[in-house]
Amino acid sequence: MTNYLLRHLQVLFFSFGQLVRTPLSSALGISVLGIALALPCGLYVLVTNAKSISLQWQGRPQVSLFLNLEITDAQTRALVEQIKKYTEVSEVKYVPAHAALEEFKALSGFGDALEAIGGNPLPSVLIVKPTEDASTPIALQHLVEKLHDSDKVDLAQLDLEWVQRLHAMIRLSQRGVILLAVLLGLAVVVIISNTIRLAIFNRRDEIEIISLIGGTEAFIQRPFLYAGWILGVLGALFALMLVSLSLWLMSGPIEDLAKLYGSNFELKGLGVRPAALLVVIAGTLGWVASRITVGLHLDRLYST
Amino acid sequence: MIHFSQVHKVYPNGHEALKRITFRLDDTEIAFLTGHSGAGKSTLLRLITLTERPTRGQIVVNDKNLTKLPRSKIPYLRRDVGVVFQDHKLLYDRTVFDNVGLPLVVSGIGHRDTARRVRAALDKVGLLNRENVYPITLSGGEQQRVGIARAVVNRPRLLLADEPTGNLDPELADEIMDLFLQFNQHGVTVLIATHDRRHIDRLRKRVLLLKDAELIRDSA
Repeated sequence: MTNYLLRHLQVLFFSFGQLVRTPLSSALGISVLGIALALPCGLYVLVTNAKSISLQWQGRPQVSLFLNLEITDAQTRALVEQIKKYTEVSEVKYVPAHAALEEFKALSGFGDALEAIGGNPLPSVLIVKPTEDASTPIALQHLVEKLHDSDKVDLAQLDLEWVQRLHAMIRLSQRGVILLAVLLGLAVVVIISNTIRLAIFNRRDEIEIISLIGGTEAFIQRPFLYAGWILGVLGALFALMLVSLSLWLMSGPIEDLAKLYGSNFELKGLGVRPAALLVVIAGTLGWVASRITVGLHLDRLYST
Repeated sequence: MIHFSQVHKVYPNGHEALKRITFRLDDTEIAFLTGHSGAGKSTLLRLITLTERPTRGQIVVNDKNLTKLPRSKIPYLRRDVGVVFQDHKLLYDRTVFDNVGLPLVVSGIGHRDTARRVRAALDKVGLLNRENVYPITLSGGEQQRVGIARAVVNRPRLLLADEPTGNLDPELADEIMDLFLQFNQHGVTVLIATHDRRHIDRLRKRVLLLKDAELIRDSA
């Protein structure tokens, strides 16, 4: 058993040595693989971040109730208490008309114009946040109707549409990332297959001699399988480097941008598990590509 | 040891390389396989190691019926048969030691055993002091002896040689042939394909003569 492991280790180092012997073509191959793998990875990171933005800024939809201008403070408070009792509602925030005016003045820059109007044209607003269970589109629709029913409410507005659109777009991009990953995975198979084909061609004498003196197909295949695996793994590591580098270059400007929007959003990296998964998948693809290529070639050497 | 019965070999392009070949080579025998070039000598040897499959007929080698031998068992058949090639088929990017040791590495023999047996084989062919050089620095005769050492390092009971002296001058060729005779005296069955009448006349051993794909004379 130790002997067996030792032999496999020897072959692994041998295969690695073969790659090192042709540094230029190995480096080229690994770069192409890295770029091919970095594309879906980078997009995956972007989509994941977009998702986290949407969760952070608008985790759940909210309903804005614009109240009738004439109702009194006491009536408003009663309404708030009433809505709070609804099982679908998790939180109600009351923005009195004067606070809304202050905020509008501060943010819009129309402060002077408002002074000229005199009086407050803005209604008080209740911001109602539904519970998680009530956040499905249909439940929300019911809630909006229920809230609108009161004659104290002028307008009930559901801030849902843009959330739905964003989620739909994220789903679409996720699908896109998967498609791209499959396509580029195929590209990886083709690239590694071609590299292995060249390696086989360069060592065809050796392969022939080993088969003539009684080497099994497994023995002949082994170094090429390892080579394919190594190429896949190194390509994946290079891809991870490219993605990290791009993230590092982008993180500064993105944080500046986020600050301008009053957010402390930080660009997230690929994460350990997806990165490990990438390495495993790329290694497996390399192994499979090599296996197919060597298999086709070996048929020639053993009469059947 | 080797038993051919009614063996035919037809190549896909229709060329008939061997027709109705029947012969027997017993344990510890030595024989020359001769005939003009293209008579089918190489094809016959290739059938014994299943580098090619016969079209019809039966071949038994080392008590194994090759007709029924599955592809996965071919490597184990080849380990029991030492083969010497006209063009040596050495690996020029590896030392003499590594070349001779290759069949042992392929069979999964441990490092220490390999070293011992490689040196024994090199000793037999008189190249013990050259184990660390690369084959390209050796003369043609020496390269062929490396090939022979590789063929016998597994201690096969059967040794095949395809024109082993083809590119050598007569003196070196005789040395190589004498080596095969020595192996035969130690109990190895030997079959040598050669078109060189000189060896046949000099050594006076059994001769199988091929002409136009047929075995026309067996001196045994």
